[in-house]
Amino acid sequence: MQITVTVNGTAYTEEVEPRLLLVHFLRQTLGLTGTHWGCDTSNCGTCVVWFDGKPVKSCTMLAAMADGHEIRTVEGLERDGALDPVQQGFMECHGLQCGFCTPGMMMTARSLLDTNPDPSDDEIREAISGQLCRCTGYENIVRAVRWAAEHPAQEEVTT
Amino acid sequence: MQVPAPFAYERATSVEHAIELLSRHGPEARVVAGGHSLIPMMKLRLAQPDALIDINNLSDLSYIRVEGDQLLIGALTRHADLLDSAVAGEHFPIFRDAEQVIADPVVRNFGTVGGSLCQADPAEDLSAAFAAVGASVVARGPNGSRTIDVRQLHAGPYETVLEPNELLVEIRVPIRPGGGSAYEKVERRVGDYPVAAAGAVVWLDGDTVAEAGIGLTAVGAEHFAAPEAETALRGRPATDDSFAEAGRIAAQHCHPQPDQRGPAEYKRQLAVELTTRALRRATARARGQEA
Repeated sequence: MQITVTVNGTAYTEEVEPRLLLVHFLRQTLGLTGTHWGCDTSNCGTCVVWFDGKPVKSCTMLAAMADGHEIRTVEGLERDGALDPVQQGFMECHGLQCGFCTPGMMMTARSLLDTNPDPSDDEIREAISGQLCRCTGYENIVRAVRWAAEHPAQEEVTT
Repeated sequence: MQVPAPFAYERATSVEHAIELLSRHGPEARVVAGGHSLIPMMKLRLAQPDALIDINNLSDLSYIRVEGDQLLIGALTRHADLLDSAVAGEHFPIFRDAEQVIADPVVRNFGTVGGSLCQADPAEDLSAAFAAVGASVVARGPNGSRTIDVRQLHAGPYETVLEPNELLVEIRVPIRPGGGSAYEKVERRVGDYPVAAAGAVVWLDGDTVAEAGIGLTAVGAEHFAAPEAETALRGRPATDDSFAEAGRIAAQHCHPQPDQRGPAEYKRQLAVELTTRALRRATARARGQEA
């Protein structure tokens, strides 16, 4: 079947099998390997992307379900060559070690900060509660999201 | 890599179209909404439908509103929307309690209320919550609509009484003023199915329980309900002793199965304790002592 999916602002029309999962469509069909594919059971959350503006687990969705919808992946966080504050925060606060969980963590964190620009540590922990990190523990990830909250991008300050 | 077996994919453009597609593809077709239970089962070949009828574009099935003395919830309502709904939370805090512990925030963005009920997982949370509050569901088929008591909806594990060409379109919850409700769950970790969980709704007549509803999940309660405990509680003083007795009666009628989440006796004890706690908190809310 043919689907047209807008990913990070670009519309892609592709021929896919109905059983193709969204995560594999992004990684294999489009070559956007920033989105990671982990547990395959919607537990680990490394496959989180935005679907029409909300974070979802792309290993548990069909590419066909995204036909006509807008997807944003970790590749779409950077704007005009400038890292998103969430990406910068993960660098500043050592929010990653192996980096496997990072794309999903960052997509969820960006979504949280868009709706709640000054979250408490508890709110950050709740937001990422469906995502697993097996390296650093969660302390530095929470710090990284806090850092992003305290250093919003310039355009977000003025708008 | 876990990928579902091949299937035909159809996207419904209206409720009528979905019913037509279900009729055309027959009993081996399945409706997919959020897909957050069905797709993992398809990956494992625990489910292998010939066709999926995608209803995600039927946005007119996504709503939460009060009409007359009923709370109406569209089948395609996402878990996150039920959790965030002020009107649902005002009338039924049990839904807020339950939604806070259903899966995780990301899964709740796409999983649906109707899908959870139709999946009929024996450990599903909302089935117990809806059983407690005495909800009914509206199913639409080629010959029109029918209303089904939610306590009659589930025919067994992963099985409902819906016909292959019927679509669940709405959940209706009767609103009776003066009640309180609550949901109590024990899970091993965030996002897991419950080891056991109980929901309760209580209406008081002074210090007496006028009416109560009790729902249970993951402990083998028939139709996710505890009618014997409800009957025993009616007319009794609204005290911890009464609630604990109701919990014991509810647990006696459960048939918990030992599995990786715990042995049967542990689950039975949880049924006692969680029923007691849910009744206690529902009563505090009915009295306006707790939000």
